[in-house]
Amino acid sequence: MNIKALLPLLIFVAFCAALAIGLTRDPAKLPSQLINQPFPEFEQSTLFDENQLIDESILKGQISVVNVFGSWCVSCIYEHPGLMEMQKLSGFQMVGINWRDKREAGQNWLAENGNPYDVVIFDPASVLAVDIGVVGAPETYVVDKTGQIRYKFSGALTPEVVVREILPLIATLQEET
Amino acid sequence: MMRALLILLVIALFTLPMAAQTAGDYPSEIETQARDIGRKLRCVVCQNQSIEDSDAPLAADMRHMVRERLAAGQSEAQIMDFMQQSYGDFVLRNPPVQGNTALLWYGPPALLVILLLWFVLRRKPAS
Repeated sequence: MNIKALLPLLIFVAFCAALAIGLTRDPAKLPSQLINQPFPEFEQSTLFDENQLIDESILKGQISVVNVFGSWCVSCIYEHPGLMEMQKLSGFQMVGINWRDKREAGQNWLAENGNPYDVVIFDPASVLAVDIGVVGAPETYVVDKTGQIRYKFSGALTPEVVVREILPLIATLQEET
Repeated sequence: MMRALLILLVIALFTLPMAAQTAGDYPSEIETQARDIGRKLRCVVCQNQSIEDSDAPLAADMRHMVRERLAAGQSEAQIMDFMQQSYGDFVLRNPPVQGNTALLWYGPPALLVILLLWFVLRRKPAS
């Protein structure tokens, strides 16, 4: 038995291994560019008052959970009760980004389902969304007191993600000055 | 019958698809440049289309941004930089040559060279 005869088999096995590893990686999951980067500068109106402009300074001085949503977004409904629960906790503010929405539709959606946000940024043309690398709603970011993005989650939040990842992260961020 | 079908086929081949996006209010040189840039940017929602080809709302917004930035006097490199900062290398349809893409860029030529070498070296003893 010579080794040469085994060569094609070895190559085939290596090829299969490479494909198997490839299968475990989710191509839809994009790495966030902005982890540990400052939250981008922006100036947008709030959802409830088109004359009130806010900028990135609202994210300084306290921890923020920033959540991208839209009234058109089907899976946003699923995480909404969780956001309402998070609103009851203290130690951080909840910031909403109403993305690619009509002002009235966004307002009605929050009136209907409850408003967990302390402040809602209105972003109808994806100006802020593209800056922070939003791919689809819902997406959730945790921003520390200095205004740096520390965490990103794509998709509807689950109680598990909130309890295992987000709340512990907030607790450690509290310790930072 | 075949002739008619053939004619239909030829006509179908010559009918260029209508441009999917409505032309904006930008001058034609900006529009041309924007389409050129748009073809180099991947739609992050649909992944296998450029933002020029994609019907995704986010791609439409990105197209709009490219045009706005061009109109504001930004260069192609500045726009690519901006998009890359938000979405990473993934947004570039032409992957940059760097550490993690070395295999992608140099693998095929290297394989070709190795196979050629192998082929040449193997033939020698026979002759």
